[in-house]
Amino acid sequence: MSTQIEKPFAITLDRNTSLANHTGSWRSKRPVYVDRLPPCNATCPAGENIQNWLFHAESGNYEAAWRSLTENNPLPAIMGRVCYHPCEGACNRGQLDAAVGINAVERFLGDEALKQGWAFAKPAVESGKRVLVVGSGPAGLSAAYHLRRMGHGVTIVEAETAAGGMMRYGIPRYRLPRQVLDAEVQRIVDMGVELRLDTRVDDVLAMQAAEGFDAVFLGIGAGIAKRAYIPAGDASHITDAVSVLHEVEDSQPLLGRKVVIYGGGNTAIDVARTAKRLGAEESIIVYRRTRDKMPAHDFEVKEALEEGVKLKWLSTITEAGEGNITIEKMALDAKGFPQPTGEFETLPADSVVLALGQNVEQTLLEHIPNLTMKWDSVQTDAVMMTSHDGVFAGGDMVAGSERTVTVAVGHGKKAARAIDAWLRGELYQPAPKHEPATFERLNTWYYADAEKTVRPVLDIIRRQSTFDEVVGGLDESNALFEARRCLSCGNCFECDNCYGVCPDSAVIKLGAGKRFAFNYDYCKGCGLCAEECPCGAIVVELEDK
Amino acid sequence: METTIKFYQTDTFTVGNRLLSEAERSVQAGMQRTNALNSGHRACQGCGEALGARFAVDAAMRAAGNDLIACNATGCLEVFSTPYPESSWQLPWIHSLFGNTAAVATGVAAAQRVKGTKTRVLAQGGDGGTTDIGFGCLSGMFERNDDVLYICYDNEAYMNTGVQRSSATPPAARTATTVPVGQHPNGNVFGKGKSVPLIAMAHEIPYVATASVADLRDLEAKVTKAMSIHGARYIHIHVPCPLGWGADPAHTIKLARLAIESGLFPVFEAEHGEITGHRAIREQVPVEDYLKLQKRFAHLFRNPKQVEVIAQLQAIADRNIRRFKLLEKRGAAV
Repeated sequence: MSTQIEKPFAITLDRNTSLANHTGSWRSKRPVYVDRLPPCNATCPAGENIQNWLFHAESGNYEAAWRSLTENNPLPAIMGRVCYHPCEGACNRGQLDAAVGINAVERFLGDEALKQGWAFAKPAVESGKRVLVVGSGPAGLSAAYHLRRMGHGVTIVEAETAAGGMMRYGIPRYRLPRQVLDAEVQRIVDMGVELRLDTRVDDVLAMQAAEGFDAVFLGIGAGIAKRAYIPAGDASHITDAVSVLHEVEDSQPLLGRKVVIYGGGNTAIDVARTAKRLGAEESIIVYRRTRDKMPAHDFEVKEALEEGVKLKWLSTITEAGEGNITIEKMALDAKGFPQPTGEFETLPADSVVLALGQNVEQTLLEHIPNLTMKWDSVQTDAVMMTSHDGVFAGGDMVAGSERTVTVAVGHGKKAARAIDAWLRGELYQPAPKHEPATFERLNTWYYADAEKTVRPVLDIIRRQSTFDEVVGGLDESNALFEARRCLSCGNCFECDNCYGVCPDSAVIKLGAGKRFAFNYDYCKGCGLCAEECPCGAIVVELEDK
Repeated sequence: METTIKFYQTDTFTVGNRLLSEAERSVQAGMQRTNALNSGHRACQGCGEALGARFAVDAAMRAAGNDLIACNATGCLEVFSTPYPESSWQLPWIHSLFGNTAAVATGVAAAQRVKGTKTRVLAQGGDGGTTDIGFGCLSGMFERNDDVLYICYDNEAYMNTGVQRSSATPPAARTATTVPVGQHPNGNVFGKGKSVPLIAMAHEIPYVATASVADLRDLEAKVTKAMSIHGARYIHIHVPCPLGWGADPAHTIKLARLAIESGLFPVFEAEHGEITGHRAIREQVPVEDYLKLQKRFAHLFRNPKQVEVIAQLQAIADRNIRRFKLLEKRGAAV
């Protein structure tokens, strides 16, 4: 930058700008840009990069958002309806006003994709390997999708007449409309995945050998209802939740006018709400502990109560007769366990539905020699492989994890990656995770306050009598608004603050989408950029000299 | 059934934000900003004055179509930006004496008028050069309504010469000349000093405003507005000094923000002697939050804690809040 001019008398230095003065040499600490793991991503059972797809949604680029989302989860329209969204519970924005409505935005993106007909790309290169997937529930579909993306041939076998597993035969229509399920399944099939319906497999190893599959993924779920012994007369009508929810898919199960559901989980709630829709005057959930101890999610209990479902807690069913049941009142002991009180009561009941949990069907598993089990579930290693080499498993049938659709999708993805590595003779090594982006690292001054957009809830009366969807969706302006509430915890969202607040103009703006860089020739290490970064994406490190 | 509030990810509190249209972004967010005070200047780490000067002059440059001359009083800003033969300035710039930059600017403006050019004139100095030493010349520039925008960067003492008290030093602050001593150490005495913005208003010049490095949008809007007006204009910008205040260099903007949010530094604007707008407090904080982060007030928090002195400072903040309606969102300019 030096300009050569004639020097005045007694001046020996060149005239210059201050750029010759590298003030970076003063520095004892240096700012560094980092990416941190936001709490939403950290808690997502399906391993979605939620913040990244929100980033695209914020600018209104919904297709880019959907493509980012489906890199990890191929079922966003389903997720947006049935996921219990632990991400929202972890969302840092919850500490500021209310969590970002991630689930609602996910549903919007999923619905938008169906409306616009966005399809998955077929793999560019075929690997020549073939994988057999048993079960077309969320775990199997997720595994099939990810394996297909990696270029492997995939065949799904399904015992039922339609795909979806528990998403079809366990989740009622009012929570998951079937055209949404069908469309998202079809989109996976359209990638070139073979789907064989009405195909029950008992000896999977024999099938693998016969058809020459290179690896197997099991996702058969947990579809056997647990029973409890209840003394019952001949005329009593006792059934279970699995059967009711399965029957309602194809016909109208006859439960009567007064229905008692026994259990306190989400399935009990689903059955109680289904019974209401089937015309029951009374739908009563009998549970042996208190409402706050119910495993069911609070919002589902709330929605059920709004629809007129009744709750009878601290009660066990001791006998079922014709048209009525006998219940015994319970009391919680010092440890919080229910104990019988000896007080009895009679309730009118045309039928009793047991919703006491589910077990894994054993036939297929018994055909695989020396499979390591834990109770009725299959034990898998860290990368979802069973004790039988080359046989992987995921979803409800696997020991030690929560039985939800989202967990199953996560299992399918993880197993697919492990299978891909295994087919190449390698062991799958997950990428190391970034440091967590905690609330304390945010500078919340820069975020404006706003309420969470509330999803419109259908009119209660309408909900009671039909299987129409209960929770409505966001429209485009709402979804955009909701996405923009994201704080972008721990990852730069290009707000220009560092670039603006540097007293030494030592931050270089690289342009839209390219973020920023530090000019360490001039950065004095004051740390203002890190202090004023809204999302905590700058750390100050000691210079090692 | 649902509530929708007009809202952007970070509203306009941040410098830029990719979600905003170009027009809604600040001058500082632009890749083409002048960088009027360029890298390599010798200000301390986290210098509020260097930051404030770049904010203000970049905005003035944009408003003037880059046709601008700056006159600069002696002080930190002059010393750290122009150790001969270096200069950090990216515009024509002239250094005057400590006390006469307003007069020099008057002359430069007169020259432009005689020559018939449209070049605009800016004068700038610290609080010492403005509220004390250059005050006579400044008042003259105001009463003649000379076509100059004068910007005072207020860091509340003579920092360049070693942190001596000025007439802008707040009560209770420690400086080299207001050392807290004795059993009830108080620092700078209460009831002295002056508000040059209010004095400027008394001259009934076209435009007077206060601003802060903690509110870039407000600062840029005020500089832009001032540049749209001819005649004498005055902007008083609060710029924390990590060295003189005994603060973490990373806290420069945080301190400026706490000064606004506590009410100690009222941000307002006035036209022809009448207040026309104020920047409302967003999240009110007690003055203690502001004071605690600075060593110049540390004597107030040592045993025994000077509760009464802190209450007196809170009273000043409370008076500002009443006087400038700082808690009223309605009528707020920003």
